[in-house]
This record gives sequence, C-alpha cells and structure tokens, in this order.
Amino acid sequence: MILFEMKHIKKSFGALDVLRDISLEVDKGEVLSIIGPSGSGKSTLLRCATGLETPDAGEIVKNGEVGLVFQNFNLFPHFSVLKNIIDAPMRVQKRKKEEVLVQARELLKKMGLEGKEDAYPYQLSGGQQQRVSIARALCMNPDILFFDEPTSALDPELTGEILKVIKALAAEHITMVIVTHEMTFARDISDRIIFMDDGVIAVEGTPEQVFASEHARMKEFLGKFHQG
Amino acid sequence: MDLSTMLEQLAGGMVTTVEIFFVTLICSLPLGLLICFGRMSKNKILKGIVSAYISVMRGTPLMLQLMVVYFGPYFIFGIRISRGYSLIAVFIGFAINYAAYFAEIYRGGIESMPAGQYEAAQILGYSKSQTFFRIILPQVIKRILPSITNEVITLVKDTSLAFVVSVAEMFTIAKQIASAQTTMTPFLVAAIFYYIFNLIVAVAMNKIEKMMNYYK
Repeated sequence: MILFEMKHIKKSFGALDVLRDISLEVDKGEVLSIIGPSGSGKSTLLRCATGLETPDAGEIVKNGEVGLVFQNFNLFPHFSVLKNIIDAPMRVQKRKKEEVLVQARELLKKMGLEGKEDAYPYQLSGGQQQRVSIARALCMNPDILFFDEPTSALDPELTGEILKVIKALAAEHITMVIVTHEMTFARDISDRIIFMDDGVIAVEGTPEQVFASEHARMKEFLGKFHQG
Repeated sequence: MDLSTMLEQLAGGMVTTVEIFFVTLICSLPLGLLICFGRMSKNKILKGIVSAYISVMRGTPLMLQLMVVYFGPYFIFGIRISRGYSLIAVFIGFAINYAAYFAEIYRGGIESMPAGQYEAAQILGYSKSQTFFRIILPQVIKRILPSITNEVITLVKDTSLAFVVSVAEMFTIAKQIASAQTTMTPFLVAAIFYYIFNLIVAVAMNKIEKMMNYYK
C-alpha cells in the first residue's frame, strides 16, 4: 500500500532550482533513506513532503498522518519532557489525558528516558533531547515518520544512541523516510535508498544496488565517504 | 504645617499616582500586543498606520500627548470638557503611549523566536492561535521581561507628568505644598516615595523573572 507519494515536485528559491522534478513513493512499512551531498535538495524535499514548504509545481498525496523529527530537535523549552510529548495529542488530537499519558510513558521507557518526565529540555544531553523529540513525534501516532538528519547536531557517541532507536523503530515496521549522512546506517537499515544530486533523484534502489552503482556522482560521493 | 498634615495631603496624591500606574499597565500591556499584531501584519495599510502611530508616540513628548488628549476634544471638536475628564485623559494618554513602547518590545521578542518553534508546532498540528498563545508568547514574555521592567520603572516616574492636565497626583501636591510653605520637605518625601515604589517594582519584577527561570 502506498502511504505517501510525490509527483513531479519542483521547488526553487529565487533563481536556484532546488528540486527539479522529483517523484517518489513510500510503501507502508518501508524504510527509505535519502542520501546525497549538501545542497542536493534532500532537506527541501523533506520540507515539501511535510508541508513546511509549498512546492512550486507537482502533487503530493498523503494517505495518513505525517510526523517529522528535526535535525535540531525543536523541543518546546518551556514544557517539561512529558508535556512536550502529551501536549499536542491532547490539544490537537483532543485525546484523553489518561490514555495519552500511558502511551507517553511507554514511549519514554522505549527511548530509555525513564525518570526524565519532569526534566526540561535544557537539562538533557543532545541525544536525550532528540529521543524526546522522537517520542513526541511518535505519540501523535503518525502513519509515516520523516527524519531530517536526526544525528547531524550530535557528537559521534550520541549519534550511536539515536541510530539504535531508529533501528528499533525499523524493526517494528514503522514507515520512515530518513535524510541522513550516516552511510553505514543507511545501508543497514533501509529497504530502499535514494541518492540525490543537484535537485534530482540520481540513483534509486536497494542498498546493494545503490552502493554498487556505477553512477559517477554517486561513486564520487561514496569515495569521499570511504576516505572519511 | 506639621509633617503629619503634609504626609496626609501627600498620601492622597500617592493614591492617584498608584492608580495611574496600575491603570496604565493593565490597559497598555494587552493593547501593546494588539498594536504589535498590527505592526507585524501582512496588510500594508494596517502596518503603515500602526507604524506611523508608534513613530508619533515614541517621537513626541508624553507631556505634549497628555495635553492633546486632554484639550483635543475641546479645541478639535468643540466638546466642553468636564473637570473629571482630566484623570481619564491621563489614563488614555499613558495607555496609548506605553502601548506603543510595549508593542515594539513584543515585536522584538516575537522576531527573536527561532523559526524551528513555529515549524515544530505546525508539524504537530497546532492552530495558529494555539501556536502563538501556547508555544510562542510564553517564551517571548521570558525574553522581554528585562525590557518590560525598564519601561515599568520609567512609568513610575512618568506618572508625575499628570500635573500638566492638573491631576493631583503626588508630585503635583508636593509642589503646591513646597511653594506655599517654602520648604524642601515635600520634595524629599516625594523622592523617597518614588524610590520605594520603584524598589518594590524592581523586587517584584525580579521575582517574576526568577519564576520564569525554570527553563532556559
């Protein structure tokens, strides 16, 4: 079942064509990673997909609710950890507090954040903040969860803990689209990988296919990555 | 005149001063937010009008504005002004003047908010008003509190300007007693009064700032 579809999406900022005719589909239960050099349009694609930007042309079909985990978390600093998670389900989805609380506490446990309910974001490490933001997104019960470079703001040690959390979500077959610079992670976790270059999808396929691709820009990109 | 009679007379003025202070705050803090919305509006006409209003309020003396509000109805519209209008004129003059300053403080605070807060709220489905009142405004208030404190302290001292439309606030009475009795004492009392008033304001605002320090 196709949960999410982009058809011929175009987006420019002034004279800069950031997305040039992007079409993609996301199936239920699929993990799709989007890789590519900086400025290739990955983030803009995600921002169009989640409604933060309006495409200039093309069509987006969503068969379900969309969640987004930001690169720099964007937690609400004046809300406690728990309130960050339960506020939108209660205020926006109008769900009962007791029910939301049960789910929020389960999520906190899953994220390894037991006992942090009453903490405020500033009291947490970057990795913990990102796990709260993942819990916040999950508590809305999205059908598809987007990640915008979820580890780019974190040091390598904290990156590992976030990747572990996302892996666990993948094991639960939560539909995810992940923009990432973590190549090994993308290879391990993804059902499908998209390599973007200069506003188009240059290579698309299974991790094996993409990493074995003879596409010149892809090879150049991976070469840089292998050299570290 | 002995000190206790003098203090008694001054006390009457103090009540008026405190009254001007609170009425101004109660009116201008919400009014300032409304004006700020106009100032930040996408509607160019509204934005232009509000910008001009703020510019005039900040660019001309409050004393002059009080006189315009007080005498305006008579000189412009020929309406006879009653004696009781002077205090009302002071309330109006102060409220519209301070609202202009507060509007600019609000605007600075709102514009300093990172876009990510709006984006996170949008993704989570908050409505525009929920986003503003639940997510943005509480953080803005924390950010602008030091600037608000400055304005409030200025307001305590500005209340003495009410004399230009013959409202008998404390300083007006102090001057009358001083010239009638040829003594400096009422000025000394006035100085102590303003100082203690502002000390209380500073302590109270500090308390509020501390209350908001539960997050960063």
